Amino acid sequence: MKGEPVVSQDAPITAEDLYRCVHCGLCLSACPTYMETGLETESPRGRIALMKAVHEGRLDINRRVAGHWDMCLACRACETACPSGVPYGRLIETARRDAVEQGAVSWRHRMVAALFLRGLLPRLRMLRLLASALRLYQRRGLRRLVRWSRILKLLPGGLDRLEAQLPELPTRFFAPQPGVLRAVGETRMKVGLLSGCVMPVAQAPTMDAAARILRRNGCDVATPVGQGCCGALNLHSGDPKTARGMARRNIDAFLDAGVDRIVTASAGCGSAMKEYGELLEDDPVYAERAARAAAMTVDITEFLAGLPLDPPRGRVDARATYQDPCHLAHAQRITEAPRTLLRGTPGLELVEMEEASRCCGAAGIYTITQRRMSERLLASKMEWVLAAGVDMVVTANPGCAIQLENGLREAGSPVRVCHVVDVLDQAYQAEEGPSPSAVQ
Amino acid sequence: MSKRRPLVKGLEAIVGKERVVHHPEDLLVYEYDGSIDRAMPQAVVLPDSTGEVSRVLALAYREGVAVVGRGSGTGLSGGAVASEGGLQVALTRMNRILEVDVENRLAVVEPGVINLRLDQRARRSGLRYAPDPSSQKACTLGGNVAENAGGPHCLAYGVTSNHVLGMEVVLEDGAVTWLGGMERDSHGYDLRGLFVGSEGTFGLATKIVTRLLPTPPAAKTYLAAFSDMRSACDAVSAVIAGGMVPAALEMVDALTIRAVQKVAHAGLPEEAGAALLVELEGEAEELEETGLEVEAILTGAGAFNLRWAESEEERERLWSARKGALGALGALAPNYYLVDGVVPRTRLTEALERVSEIGHRYDLPIANVFHAGDGNLHPCVLFDERKPGAVERVMEAGGDILKVCVELGGALSGEHGIGLEKKAYMPLVFTGEDMEMMKTVRGAFAPLGRLNPGKGFPGGPAGHHNLQRGAVMAAGPGAYV
Ligand SMILES: Cc1cc2nc3c(=O)[nH]c(=O)nc-3n(C[C@H](O)[C@H](O)[C@H](O)COP(=O)(O)OP(=O)(O)OC[C@H]3O[C@@H](n4cnc5c(N)ncnc54)[C@H](O)[C@@H]3O)c2cc1C
Ligand code: SF4
Ligand code: SF4
Repeated sequence: MKGEPVVSQDAPITAEDLYRCVHCGLCLSACPTYMETGLETESPRGRIALMKAVHEGRLDINRRVAGHWDMCLACRACETACPSGVPYGRLIETARRDAVEQGAVSWRHRMVAALFLRGLLPRLRMLRLLASALRLYQRRGLRRLVRWSRILKLLPGGLDRLEAQLPELPTRFFAPQPGVLRAVGETRMKVGLLSGCVMPVAQAPTMDAAARILRRNGCDVATPVGQGCCGALNLHSGDPKTARGMARRNIDAFLDAGVDRIVTASAGCGSAMKEYGELLEDDPVYAERAARAAAMTVDITEFLAGLPLDPPRGRVDARATYQDPCHLAHAQRITEAPRTLLRGTPGLELVEMEEASRCCGAAGIYTITQRRMSERLLASKMEWVLAAGVDMVVTANPGCAIQLENGLREAGSPVRVCHVVDVLDQAYQAEEGPSPSAVQ
Repeated sequence: MSKRRPLVKGLEAIVGKERVVHHPEDLLVYEYDGSIDRAMPQAVVLPDSTGEVSRVLALAYREGVAVVGRGSGTGLSGGAVASEGGLQVALTRMNRILEVDVENRLAVVEPGVINLRLDQRARRSGLRYAPDPSSQKACTLGGNVAENAGGPHCLAYGVTSNHVLGMEVVLEDGAVTWLGGMERDSHGYDLRGLFVGSEGTFGLATKIVTRLLPTPPAAKTYLAAFSDMRSACDAVSAVIAGGMVPAALEMVDALTIRAVQKVAHAGLPEEAGAALLVELEGEAEELEETGLEVEAILTGAGAFNLRWAESEEERERLWSARKGALGALGALAPNYYLVDGVVPRTRLTEALERVSEIGHRYDLPIANVFHAGDGNLHPCVLFDERKPGAVERVMEAGGDILKVCVELGGALSGEHGIGLEKKAYMPLVFTGEDMEMMKTVRGAFAPLGRLNPGKGFPGGPAGHHNLQRGAVMAAGPGAYV
């Protein structure tokens, strides 16, 4: 089933989607960039108004117009808030693609797109190689030397800050493997675990934890080797073509592996995969397979909360708050499942912080392309996290975790960042061992 | 264009470059509010403090530029649309809740604070801000004061004017003054009362003192389905005649139910011709008793499928369906024109029948979602602005609806203000003398009339429905309806 990539004509923004917006403004207060700036140009309604104006031939896409679209986090909080059901996510993806095609994007964006999005993400082996180099760099004192020399400050684009924000990489990476990890006890079903791009290198322990929990709950776990990055970042930054290629590869990998469900521990990947059906609907070869793969995709929190879960008996003594990843809360409308899992963890006290579902400013490549806004959003988020008086922030997406870690490190806060599955895994681990002190 | 340069330079000197919007492509998103009127301002400025507002207004005064205040731009009468150009002063960044005084049950807020934020904050101290426009998750208190906004719960608690004790105001020339204050009783003329509902023509509010009420101990929310509007209207009359004052009494018709269900699947009765949302508040035992009475009345009037919210989540779901109803109309047509007329409650049925006739006559679908308890109609005429002549036809139909309201002894606006869209109809209810009197009062606050000019009274440009036909039509108006 591995045909040549099919070239399909990209559809323009549809009038139907666009004119569903009745400019009522009810989405404004959900939008992080609007709340931060107070500017209608940085609001969902404003961004849609610009799309309408372009559509109506009143406006050409120029840098300024595209700039307002680029400032959008694609967090889709506006979609949750919109009473009219405007498919904002779809609109912004299309608008950005048009902006890219018309060359109305910044050099920063083009650079990231060329190097990272089109260069690295479709080639996971390269990504891993680079990550290994980075790990060496972080371990071997080279980093200290470089920082001491201040050489990064000489480079454009705030590379010094970027370097500081890179996560500390784990000693081992997670890699897809042939074969199946058997369920502990009786097998209920066979699931495919998406390894993704960033997670297996930056958060391998979380991936391991996810596999352990799934097996513990009666799942045979496959991590098909053919899989790769989900393509979400490409899609969100106006490059559906590369995204489609990546989608086809994953669809083949998982369908050929014969799994009952595709489980992701990354909210961003999950939301992209759930939309594979739409992404490839005009592809005569893949449309049906894409829809099938999309329907099989579940977020790990949604999946676990929907199982008759074997509840962990070990304790995780901590006060925690949950940060809704945008792509879970807004794109997939999942807010209860992770909280249910956390509440079911013995010893864990879950408190709500203010604005838990407001974007932390991570949003894929946003930290690089819109650094200032990303920092402003992170600063607000830190205020709310710290005001909640917790030992840890739990989330369910790698990008959010890295961003929150950066914010907390800069604030000099001892608050830890965990994925929901890390918490569950700790609780399971605590059952056996001689009470490992879970969270300090 | 000639005046723009010095104005923009002057504004930038006051607030800095980042908070002045003046590029044409950016101004494009400031040409609309929640209504169907459109016009582009010369520039927009986003001040951060009373001092900045004052300096901005003084500058505009010197430069002879008109000033239009803007909150969230959810207004439905074109109030925030700069119909005569000029400078828009957006107060969205002044969004701090300055004080919540639990003991005295009041709050001091900046004008850009979003209505729902104030309510949420008050609720943390066992209090609430009662006026709850359906747009409450987006609209600002400044906009609420300017329009004297109402909402579902205003049936029992009164509109904005009943909940605002005073405000700090910047006048036309930049002078800063206080109207009213922290006290409930005041002496002399009630200037505060005059200011509320002045639609941004008297001055810009920069601080607002609001009253907070204790939250009710319990609430019970009913959803009752009826086979048609007539029986639902009868039920409304019967509830009120029975001496009950529900906290809210809201009606939606079949078309609205369809729209809401299409987007939200909120559990509204899809087979109904109309539905009522009735909320009772009070002590728990008291509610049991009145609840039974209300149930009997509703059933007697023909309610089938009567149910109540069993949990707080269910109650919230019902309310968010109601409050999102206008927006949901976007699922039926790309535009709606909401007519905010009022009729005496006893004539609801007749009014609705005549509205529906008007819809037939103009061949335009009309959805009804409104504050039935107050007799405040909200017929929403559905249309597609890309169809040639549609806007004109819709405005005509709207005019006919307002005439019906006035004929039945009602009023032009329940809560959205006159603004641009209803100014031509003022002579239907007011004489020339009445309007001169109003202008004299306005002159006392704003002698030059440069604050939100062209609003509230007949004359001057209406909002140009700034639609470039042609390319617009490319999409094909047939995409909807
Ligand atoms: C979906 C929807 C539902 C709605 N439901 C209701 C409802 O139930 N009840 C109701 O009453 N209204 C309702 N409205 C109308 C609207 O939300 C209200 O009129 C609201 O008060 C407007 O607030 P805003 O902040 O959006 O003001 P804007 O629309 O920005 O401005 C409205 C007017 O206020 C003036 N203004 C703004 N700020 C100030 C200030 N600080 N000082 C002086 N003047 C100022 C402006 O110049 C303008 O004339 C609804 C609107 C929508 C879109
Ligand atoms: S996107 Fe939805 S909520 Fe926002 S203005 Fe448009 S219709 Fe209203
Ligand atoms: S996706 Fe997020 S940032 Fe973009 S307009 Fe919607 S709410 Fe705002």
